[in-house]
Formats: sequence, structure tokens, C-alpha cells
Amino acid sequence: MLAVTNLTKYFPVEKGFLDKLLTSQKSFVHAVDDISFSMNRGDILGLVGESGSGKSTTGRLCLKLIEPTAGKIVFEGVDLSSIHGEELRRFRRNMQLIFQDPFASLCPRIRIGEAIRHALSFQGIGTQSEQIEKTQVMLEGVGLKPWSNFYDRFPHQLSGGQRQRVVIARALVLNPRFVVADEPIAMVDVSVRAQILELMIELKKEFDLTYVFITHDLAMANYVCNTIAIMYLGKIVESGPKEEVFEKPVHPYTLALLSSIPVPDPKMKLQRMIPSGEIPSPINPPKGCRFHPRCPVAQSICSQKQPELVDVGGGHLVACFFDAEKRLT
Amino acid sequence: MSLNIQSLTVEYHTLATKVKAVDRVSLSVDKGETLGLVGESGCGKSTLGLSVIRLVPPPGKIEKGNIILDGIDVVKCSDDEIRRARGRLVGYIFQDPMTSLNPVKKIGAHFIEMIRTHEPKVSREEALKRTQDTLESLGILPERINDFPHQFSGGMRQRVMIGLALALNPRLLIADEPTTSLDVIVEAQIVELLKRLKESLKLTLILITHNIGIVAETADRVAVMYAGRIAEIGESSGLFEKPLHPYTQALLNSVPNIAKKGQVLSWIPGAPPDLASPPPGCLYHPRCPFAFDRCKKDEPSLIKHENSEVACHLYD
Amino acid sequence: MNVERPRGRILVQFIPELTGLARRGLAGWAVLMGGTIVAILGIMTIVSPWISPYNPIAINVGPILSPPSLRFPLGTNHLGQDMLSRVYSGGGIMFQVAILSMIVCLLVGVPIGLFASFAGGHADKLASLVMDSIYAFPGLVLAIAIAAMLGPGVVNMALSIAVVYVPSYFRMIRSQVLTIKELPYVEAARMMGAKQRTALFKYVLPNVVPSIVAVATINFADAILTSAGLTFVGLGLPVSTPDWGWDLTYGRRLLTSGAWWVIAFPGLMVVLLALGFTLIGEGLSELYNPRLQK
Repeated sequence: MLAVTNLTKYFPVEKGFLDKLLTSQKSFVHAVDDISFSMNRGDILGLVGESGSGKSTTGRLCLKLIEPTAGKIVFEGVDLSSIHGEELRRFRRNMQLIFQDPFASLCPRIRIGEAIRHALSFQGIGTQSEQIEKTQVMLEGVGLKPWSNFYDRFPHQLSGGQRQRVVIARALVLNPRFVVADEPIAMVDVSVRAQILELMIELKKEFDLTYVFITHDLAMANYVCNTIAIMYLGKIVESGPKEEVFEKPVHPYTLALLSSIPVPDPKMKLQRMIPSGEIPSPINPPKGCRFHPRCPVAQSICSQKQPELVDVGGGHLVACFFDAEKRLT
Repeated sequence: MSLNIQSLTVEYHTLATKVKAVDRVSLSVDKGETLGLVGESGCGKSTLGLSVIRLVPPPGKIEKGNIILDGIDVVKCSDDEIRRARGRLVGYIFQDPMTSLNPVKKIGAHFIEMIRTHEPKVSREEALKRTQDTLESLGILPERINDFPHQFSGGMRQRVMIGLALALNPRLLIADEPTTSLDVIVEAQIVELLKRLKESLKLTLILITHNIGIVAETADRVAVMYAGRIAEIGESSGLFEKPLHPYTQALLNSVPNIAKKGQVLSWIPGAPPDLASPPPGCLYHPRCPFAFDRCKKDEPSLIKHENSEVACHLYD
Repeated sequence: MNVERPRGRILVQFIPELTGLARRGLAGWAVLMGGTIVAILGIMTIVSPWISPYNPIAINVGPILSPPSLRFPLGTNHLGQDMLSRVYSGGGIMFQVAILSMIVCLLVGVPIGLFASFAGGHADKLASLVMDSIYAFPGLVLAIAIAAMLGPGVVNMALSIAVVYVPSYFRMIRSQVLTIKELPYVEAARMMGAKQRTALFKYVLPNVVPSIVAVATINFADAILTSAGLTFVGLGLPVSTPDWGWDLTYGRRLLTSGAWWVIAFPGLMVVLLALGFTLIGEGLSELYNPRLQK
């Protein structure tokens, strides 16, 4: 359904006036650097990474909210770089975004029923009464029953979980086939998160959706997704079916992530492999393998060449020069 | 260093209403213990933490109850006494490390000023030396002593906050959401740092968070708060294995555990009560699958059950 | 999608909010008090033809420069005009000038602010350059210069004041738009396929309006003071119209001869009117900004 090849996005860094005068060198934030992956219809891809990994940028590139610096994105056979203007505006109904912050993603002065209906009216679907009807059905579809209770409310009159449902309703009322969810439950209360996730899974079955689930929460990604791609500083370091990546992790960064997640069970004694230091700035990423300065098993080659994604069996791809797990045991 | 909170009530007075952010909470923390104070947003855990150093922001006010900190009654003592207690008896790590540091002051200056304000006899050289030692123990390179906060990453700033909280060698450390805005790996680093410092400095630690995972890792005892009241307190292993209060059970079931295969997450329907007009009886009853008649009328109080204390009529 | 509909709905939404003002603490009281002051002065000006004991521009209705008495409660000025009648009707010009200048500012400053900052890039840079240049001039000096060029009259006064204050509107709107256009809900509008214009009017504008109201009311106060200033230096109005500004001008000169009442009462009115608008403006800023947090 989606094929991404050599996707790259560099953001220019705004320099102060004096810097512009004194140095001619431009610097860039290497948000996404030459990544390639593909998705089949019905997949739920977990795009996992920490800050600076480029996961949010990747999501927005796939939705053509930002233009890539290089690379190609082909959605259902259509090269996204070939669509512009009015055609792009209409194309938007095929792919939608669910935002992280349920409060900031709803205009505080627009009633939520109207906010959802806007999606239909911007795309020119149906008459006004038809749009209102579809909105009502959608509200009930996300569990805000009866719709009459909610249609005229403002966002600040709803709870965080309810607002997130409105965001989901707004995204799905256009019947898109592809949905990018950017940390959809990070700002929702813990006890309500599973409810939103269940809703998203149910709606996936009902509308035959394909999801990209952007998150830093590996446990949630494990619960919901069927394929995972782990990103670090703009590159995909490991990807594959969930069972492969989480149960047989290979890349040292994946191992680090998995051993860093707090486990809600005091009896489990964790074998921790926490790398020292922090994520370097994406403006000047390390040469060679991006992870090598913090990698416990780095060799000299790691600082010179960038590893490519290699298939280690069953669609499990790893970008590392060494079979790290073997080395650790 | 022991902390004893007796029947504490903290209210927020707005023009329209009165909200009980903390309602008759009693708990105690023994010397050397780590208490995890767990709850979701709005349950009052932060307010409870701030009460211990009497920094509840207005319009909040401590209405009733006692907080005995190492012999001093925090609620009733004088302004001078509480000022001396802050930093010296209790270190507090505030919620947002990004905005808690002065952006125009160098990191070293933060420490030196703190030390010399509270201990004026300390010379500048000695304060500098102590700062360098502290930075080293926090895992910060000593040459960064002259950098400004914006030059530090989130994790580094959190370490600085921890260092500042411990600069005057308090015996009690309260950490309010110490890892919330941090990345996964940095979060693990900070948790390890806290564990290490606790051991080496023999601290008593109160960890306030909504992250059940780090509580499981670090706490000896856990207190679960809901809508301003304590729902359950017990030893960590016991509470996780056999949670008593229906809220605790539901909360634990809603957190994904990557090590558990085939887990089915549950959730809690409805929303936390509006504390301006709370429901009668047990505050949790509208969402509780086990609620019966008594729950709608009588407020449950904390009672002992096996090794824990729980506020639920099911155990009465 | 026409522009008028969103604005109409906004006004209707404000009415129930007004009734809740009293409960909103100090800021709410400021707005109510300011509103009351302005309303009283406004009504006073409107009904002045009916309540003035004498014709405000008729000269020699009483002895020249007589202090406040039963017959002339606020005294008379150097032309024998009744000060009370002049105080009743003197606000008229000020209101007209202030309202007119506000309308011009809204019609010019708001669209430029909205479009330039939403579009960004060169349009934004150019507009900011022009506006900042105007803003750099001291207000009264610039107003005087423009009024001197344009000549007397209510409209010209309004225009000169408008030019001085358009940059304030522009800057406020620009800062709001720059923040709002980065917010997720504007991105959401794009995701839904909204045209740029639609996103601007339906999603950005409604959130900018509260701050426009706050700027407008504070600038109203400034406009009043500036119009008094313009009249004070002799620009703007024919002498015969009753106007607090004129009374201030002559009153100043008459102070030395001891006739304090000529400047005092009109001066008090000007201060009250400016105060009223300032209270409303400050109150509204307080209400609309912190309300979004907690």
C-alpha cells in the first residue's frame, strides 16, 4: 500500500543575523536520513523511537504535510510528489492524522460536531444535512453516545479521553484508508488509554484501515502493532514483525530500549543494558553508525561506515555490522 | 528522618467553588524507605507532595491536619522554620526540569548560591569544590559548571535538579514526576541515578508519579491515590501481586507489560469525579464494578487488611 | 464560506459570557466598571441636547469666568459659555473620532495582520517593516504631523490617529497568528483539505478576536487622549464645536488667572473616559489570556 524509498528530510537551521554574516556554512537538522520501508494493506506499523529519531517527521512526510528533501513516497501506486494544489487537497481524504495533544488539536472556539463536519464540508462531500447525519453516526461510532449530548459541546467541556475520540472521529469521517497516529494516547490518562486503543483497533476492522502508530512507548507498540520499525537519529535501525523485533532483538539500540522500559512487576529483576550519554544532536549526527558512540559493542568499522539494513530471517531487518545478541551472551 | 502525615486536608478556593484536592490523607514514611505515591492526573498527589514543604500554590490552602517532619509540624510552624527545613531537611524535585532552572544563571552558580545562602559561613572555594563533587556524582562533566541551562539536554537538567535538591544534604527527598518529560533510555538512567543516590546517601525517598513501572522498580511501599484520598497503601510486592482496591486492580490491568504475553488490557469507564461536587459515599463507586448499596452512602475509611491498608467496603 | 458568518457567531457567543463576568474576580469587575463608566459617559453625550441647561456654544449666557455657582454649577469660561453644558456635550467629538479611528484600524490593520503573518515569507517581512517604522514614531508627534497635513475635521483627525495606532493592531494580531498557525488544530484543518483562506477565517481568526477586542479598547483610550492632544495644539477641529479638548486648551491658559474650573471638569471627563476604556481593555486581556491556562 505504501512504499517509501530513500526518504530524506533535512530542516535548515535558522541562524542569527551575525552567524549568517560570518559563516557561509549552512547547517541542517538531519531529521530523516535515507530510510526505506513498505507497508501492506491492513498493517499496523509501530514507528518507535525517542526524541530526535525522526518518527514524527516520517509520519508527516507520508501524509505530505511536509515536503521531502529527497526520496520517493508511493501511496497505492501514486507518487506523492506528483500531486499538488487542488488535486492534493482532494487527495487528503485518503490519509489522515491523529494528533498527540487532544486539546491543542481541536479549535477551542468550534463546537465539536461542527469540527467533525468541517472535514466533510472542506472536501465537498454531501449536502449539509447529509454531512450532519454522517457526523452523528461517527460520534456514536467512537463511543460518544448519544450524539445529541456531544454535538454542540466545546472541547473544554470534554475530558481528555473524549477529546481524543473526537479527534479520531474527525480523522475517520472522511473514510481514509491510511491513518497516521502520532502518540495518540501519550496525553491521555493511563486508565483510559486502553479504551482508546481498543476503539482504534475496532475501527480498523470496521473501516479496513492501515495504521502507522508513532510512539516512544514500546509496551503500547507491542500491544497494538503487528510490525515494528525502530528509529534512531533519522535512520531505521531494526524492523520486522513484532514477534521478531521484541522477542529476538538484535540491534544494540533495540536491546537498550527494551531493557530500559520500566516493567510494572516488582518481582522481575531486569538485566539492564543502559547506554551512557544521551542522544546526540541531529544537526551533527555521528559519522558512520549513528549509535556507535554509545554502543557497548562498537568496533572501529562502526565509526567509518554506515550499516545497511540486512535481513536476518523472516522479514526481520537489522542495520548493524555484528550480530549483537550473539556477542552479548 | 521520618515523615508522619495525619488527616491532611488541602483545599483550593476558587470564586465559585471549593475543591478538596487532598481529603483527610494519613500516611507515614519510615527512615530509609522509598514510598511510591501513585495516581492519575488530578488525584492530588502533587498537592500532597507540595504540602510537605508548605508550598501549595494559592488559591490552595492546607485546611486541616498535621505533617510532622522530623519533629517539626510543617503546618503550624513559623515561616522561618519552614524555610530552614526546605532544602536542609527535605529536598524537592519539581515537576518540570525545563523551566525550573534560571536561564540566565550558570549551572555552577545555581549550586553555589544555594549552598552559600543556607550556609553563609562556607567560603566560595569550598562551595565550588562541593559543587564540582556533586556534579561528578550526578554524572555531569565538571567542566560544564560554567554552562547555561539551555546548553543542557533534558536528562542533564533533571540531573541538575536532583543535585540541587540534594545540595544541602537533606535526609528526605521528594521527587515529583522526575521522569515524565524524558526519553525512555534517559528515564532509565535517572531511575538508576536515584536508586544509587538513595543507597549512598541513605535517603528516604517519596516518588510521586503516574508511571506504575518505575514505582514497581524502586518503591518499598506504594500508596495509591484517587480523587484526593488514599485508596490503598501496602508493600510493593504485595500490592502488585494482589491489589485489593478495585481502582488499584483496574489501574494495574491497564498498564501494558511487555514481558507478559497475550495480555488483555482493561480500562476504567467514565471519568474521575468532579471534586467541586463529589458524589456521595465512596468517590470511586460510579466506576467500580463491585459497587453495592453501602458504597453509595458511606465513605470508606482506611482499614487494615492482611499486610496493607485499603479504603473499600469490600474488606470491611 | 463568507467572512461575515464567523464574526456574527462570535458576537452571539460573547453575550452569555458577559453575564458571567461578575463572577470572574477582579478582571471581571474591571470590565464591568469600565463598561459602566463608558456607558454613562456615552449616554450623557447622546442625551446632552436634552439635558443641557444652555446651548454649549452660545456665548455670553453668563458672566465671563464665573466660578461654579447654583446657576452655573461648573462655572463659565472666558467666552461666557456654560461649562456644564460643554461638559455634557464635549464628549461627542471624542467618541466620534475614537470610534472612527478604531473602525479604520480594524479595516486596515486586521486584514494586513492576518494575511501577512499567515502567509509568512516576504509579505510578512514587508508588512512588519512598514508597521515597525510607523510604530517607531512617538504617537502624538506623528498624529500632529499627519493632522497638520490633512487639515481640520473629525474625519481627518480620525485618520491621523488611525495611522498611529494601526501598527499596534498589526503587532498584536501578528503575534497571535504566528503562535496559532503552528498549533495542531490548524495543521488538522490542512489535513482535512481546507483551503488556506478557510483555515485562516474559520480556525485562526476566531481565536485572534478576543485579543483584537482587548487592543481595540486600550487603543480607544489612547485615541481619546491623542484627540485631546491634537485639539490642544490647535489641530483638528473648528473652534465652535463643544469639545473637551478645546476646553483643555483654553483652560490651561486660564489657569494662571485662577479659573481652575475651565480645565478641571473637562479634564476629569477625559480622564474618566480613558480610564473606562482602559479598565475594559485590561480586564478583557486578563480574562482571555490566563483563562486558557488552568
